[in-house]
Amino acid sequence: MKILVPVKRVVDYNVKVRVKSDGTGVDIANVKMSMNPFDEIAVEEAVRLKEKGVVTEVIAVSCGDAKCQETLRTAMAIGADRGILVETTEELQPLAVAKLLKALVDKEQPQLIILGKQAIDDDANQTGQMLAALADLPQATFASKVDLAADKVTVSREVDGGMETLTLTLPAVITTDLRLNEPRYVTLPNIMKAKKKQLDTFKPEDLGVDVKPRLKTLKVSEPPKRGAGIKVPDVAALVDKLKNEAKVI
Amino acid sequence: MTALVIAEHDHASIKPATLNTVTAAIACGGEVHVLVAGANAAEAAKAAAQIAGVTKVIAADSPSLAENLAENVAAQVLAIAANYSHILFPSTANGKNVAPRVAAKLDVAQISDITKVDSPDTFERPIYAGNAVATVQSSDATKVITVRTTGFDAAAATGGSATVETAEGVADSGKSSFVGREVTKSERPELTAAKIIVSGGRALGSAEKFMEVMAPLADKLNAGLGASRAAVDAGYAPNDWQVGQTGKIVAPQLYIAAGISGAIQHLAGMKDSKVIVAINKDEEAPIFSVADYGLVADLFVAVPELASAL
Repeated sequence: MKILVPVKRVVDYNVKVRVKSDGTGVDIANVKMSMNPFDEIAVEEAVRLKEKGVVTEVIAVSCGDAKCQETLRTAMAIGADRGILVETTEELQPLAVAKLLKALVDKEQPQLIILGKQAIDDDANQTGQMLAALADLPQATFASKVDLAADKVTVSREVDGGMETLTLTLPAVITTDLRLNEPRYVTLPNIMKAKKKQLDTFKPEDLGVDVKPRLKTLKVSEPPKRGAGIKVPDVAALVDKLKNEAKVI
Repeated sequence: MTALVIAEHDHASIKPATLNTVTAAIACGGEVHVLVAGANAAEAAKAAAQIAGVTKVIAADSPSLAENLAENVAAQVLAIAANYSHILFPSTANGKNVAPRVAAKLDVAQISDITKVDSPDTFERPIYAGNAVATVQSSDATKVITVRTTGFDAAAATGGSATVETAEGVADSGKSSFVGREVTKSERPELTAAKIIVSGGRALGSAEKFMEVMAPLADKLNAGLGASRAAVDAGYAPNDWQVGQTGKIVAPQLYIAAGISGAIQHLAGMKDSKVIVAINKDEEAPIFSVADYGLVADLFVAVPELASAL
């Protein structure tokens, strides 16, 4: 059984981005880039399924400019068997990425596609669900546990108010939540090994997909600033402030 | 121009997130209809018809809609989508699950988590964990939107008198099935609806201490209980208590953070609260930079003292 794992190159989660003064976007020049944390969880899950023997091949995919190769090498260092880069310098929005992935699903015929539930740059939370719809596949989003059998997968999901469990027929799409697993540290020998693994490159045109953005960003601005308030010396002063100044209790 | 709101409901009643979404739909400028897709959900449909500003409720009732399976709910929305210029979902687990399926099938972009409607085709939404706000314009024929409920006031739950129309429920997709649900039982208000939230961090040290220290304060204030990602990851609090970029986004009247340092990802989930109180023994903790009232103290002393002072 094959698994496809899409991964996105994003600004590292420790970086606090700054809005450009001309309002055209955020400044990501010379900023540390990493694999989207949810995607790292997706790669880890796929590799664990392979280690359990249920899965035979894990294919990592990334869509974006040539630097996404680094992200694919990281996925292969975790344990993905090969990588596919869909290379373009065009701004890619979730619908376009879902269409590119749909084309690759048609080509590779994986039984399972595991994606991160959202990317921490655009916070869209769309691509997995869109791919599932385009490929007419069932989906289990926000997964915290995955049990894979030969013809179906049972997934526990984090939902409002608790957890729910679904069973999906294969092929299927899963998106990961934080508690699904803790990704391993990649070791130097595995990083070296990853450099030798197969990496194929396509252009969106090769896959017959129009990736033109549908949403136009008119401006990007700073959120309203919330200033620091005051320090209170003790609990009694805090209660007094909450009752008489803020009047919230 | 007519907007369709997909109701968040439990078949018997309408969840508050629906009301904020109706307000966003009204801001889009046209008439507002509400879809109640459920099983034996006549009561929920009746409640939706009472919401101020709603002119029509479409009730789709079918066993296939009993468990909010994304495949079936999306198909139900798509069955009537052609009538609408805007389709709005609340940014709940259900809304986020279904909306992109609808957008993809309509071949339109989705606009996620809007906090403001500037015009019928232009919206504001936070990106990078709320560290920037993007104003985006959609040229698609149908705008598929998820609504960050803290960005919009709730529409009045009563005072409306919409007509209720029934629609044929869709057939089951046959590709996914519901196995079970573990609902966190709680007498406390739900996080996204609570007026006061008391939130604990990793400093609590264990699940037992978390409840022992935080619960009495929450009980005193009739508050919802929240937690930082670090506390949830450590197993001190259940998953659905997580407040932050990838957890719950909340904006209560009062948010009390105890033993939470204030990572960017946590601040993204609570910085729109009206009043923020931080209790932390590290006076350099970033949480103090957004707190209206900061108390530098050991939470194991200060939180019980606060509970007994109220």
